[in-house]
Amino acid sequence: MEPLLIYPDPPPADLIRSLDMAGHGHQAVSDESTALAGTWSGAIICAEDDGEAAFAFARSIRTGDAPIAPLLLLIRGNQLADLDGRHEIFDDFCVTPFHPVEFEARLKHLLVRGGLTDMGDEVINYGDLVLNVETYQAIIGGRPLDLTYMEYELLKFLSANPGRVFTRETLLSRVWGYEYYGGARTVDVHIRRLRAKLGEEYAPLIQTVRSVGYRFGESRWSS
Amino acid sequence: MSDHQSYVLRTIEERRVRLVRLWFTDVLGQLKSVAISPVELETAFEDGVQFDGSAIDGFSRVQETDVLAIPDASSFQLMSWGDGGEMSARIFCDLANLDGTPFEGDPRQVLRRNLAKAHDAGFDLMCAPEVEFFYFGSSDASGALEPLDRASYFDLTTFDASSDIRRATIQRLEAIGIPVEYSFHEDAPSQHEIDLRYTDALSMADNLMTLRLVVREVALEHGVHATFMPKPMAGVQGSGMHTHLSLWSGEGNAFHDPDAENQLSELGQQFIAGLLTHAPEITAVTNQLVNSYKRLVPGFEAPVHVSWARSNRSALVRLPVPKRGKESSGTRLEYRALDPACNPYLAYSVILAAGLAGIERGYRLEEEASANMFELSEQERKDKGITLLPTSLSDALDRMEGSELVREALGEHIFEWFLRNKRSEWNDYKAHVTQFELDRYFGTW
Repeated sequence: MEPLLIYPDPPPADLIRSLDMAGHGHQAVSDESTALAGTWSGAIICAEDDGEAAFAFARSIRTGDAPIAPLLLLIRGNQLADLDGRHEIFDDFCVTPFHPVEFEARLKHLLVRGGLTDMGDEVINYGDLVLNVETYQAIIGGRPLDLTYMEYELLKFLSANPGRVFTRETLLSRVWGYEYYGGARTVDVHIRRLRAKLGEEYAPLIQTVRSVGYRFGESRWSS
Repeated sequence: MSDHQSYVLRTIEERRVRLVRLWFTDVLGQLKSVAISPVELETAFEDGVQFDGSAIDGFSRVQETDVLAIPDASSFQLMSWGDGGEMSARIFCDLANLDGTPFEGDPRQVLRRNLAKAHDAGFDLMCAPEVEFFYFGSSDASGALEPLDRASYFDLTTFDASSDIRRATIQRLEAIGIPVEYSFHEDAPSQHEIDLRYTDALSMADNLMTLRLVVREVALEHGVHATFMPKPMAGVQGSGMHTHLSLWSGEGNAFHDPDAENQLSELGQQFIAGLLTHAPEITAVTNQLVNSYKRLVPGFEAPVHVSWARSNRSALVRLPVPKRGKESSGTRLEYRALDPACNPYLAYSVILAAGLAGIERGYRLEEEASANMFELSEQERKDKGITLLPTSLSDALDRMEGSELVREALGEHIFEWFLRNKRSEWNDYKAHVTQFELDRYFGTW
């Protein structure tokens, strides 16, 4: 994922700490041209110290052909009145000093709404595959997959652990969870059905690892 | 409620399924369907759907008419075509009596019972069929049949109009989880073959019921008729359904023994011996039409004699050579009598019963038939102790009627009904004056 744009440079230390804790990449920027030349998954503008300069910066990166979004504004409580008439320059705001949990929740909400991140445990993303754990639905390259329950469970397990090689026995015990009629052959049979449903283009997502088992996606050891 | 069932209910809601088709099969192997609305499905999982079985061939005697269709959630499959673009789904059902016991007239329950018996003995049956069928320009058989092409085995020509239809069929099969290993133009004009990847026998029987429907549906969409009739045209090959069989014991292939001759285990040899010993008795089930026996004649790569061989394609049971390095999983046998107009649930039941009888009773496998059976004289065959498969439905029914093995495998209800129904089919045929007779006798006598 692209880094988050942070303004000003240097940014407040507690902001950097919260971003690092949450595992978001970030880069501080102090001028508009650097901001507009880069690609970002969003921007966090801190207006605590110099409100006017921050609002001007936010406005400049929100106009033009490629506005940066989503944009989270950090302001002091006594600056709330300054938001009047400026609603088009930000997507959400957070009052400082912020609570790290509130800050993280607001940021996550913005990124999810923009489709830039998954919703934690509820959705598994891998390349063109989106698997919703909540609704049991799987989509590949925009096309819904018509899976049976066991095919769905197998795909969920594999895609939640991309790059790892699993033996048939492991898959049988982790996905089926009991001594299953047909034994390890059941795994082979279901893998073939899954590949058939993924179609020619996506079938190679599930790799056979000779005399070991199966791997979903690229090996963790390849570049 | 099981995880399977909640998955099905949730998926139906998420994907806005408008119709749920409950599928089951009659004794002759015709697919039957009852559509219910999605809101009824939860109740159906719990209580089943009650219907009058007496209206369906081979099901109930009139005095005990009602049966329950209980959806098998693990067989749920969305079908995103047909129904005017609306999403529908199918679920195979197991049929039960009103007291919940398995209904003895349900072929799927019959196969379940036979598979459970094998499982208790430590074996699971895997099947991979090669399904042959023909395309014709029309479903009207009153005039001359029109094949779509004049192509032959493996041909790839621009005249092979039916390859588009076959491709569309395969895409649809794969999208609903029926993986296809190979497909190609078969030997006869307009004849095609689709080979399915192996899976457990119950899923494969379900898959075959689905395949027959999909092949015919796609053909219809292209304005042609697909038929699984075993011998639609005299003078060219008929349609068979050679089926590759393997028996698994725990994690291992029970047919494989690296130290044995041909790497075929003693169990594998006994299974083949069982198939050969009981082949004449089970043929009425694996080849159930009057027309089936017009395929089982010399000269068209169909088995006629009861024999086995490694590569001789005139044999009834063939032992294909597994790919190098794949012997442990690839050792299997191929039973070549079956045709695609059989009821797969019943056919797999009797095949399994015959093979297991070989294991239980420790039958000994005779030498393989190395010569081409068709080149031997009748006396030479007799000397070698090689018998013939039944040559007509009537012949096959006689052999079946005396078979305790088939009676046990099918259960009393289906065994009796099948014999009655098929005797009546034979009697109708016997009384029919054919075109052959008119052509041959009308002018000269």
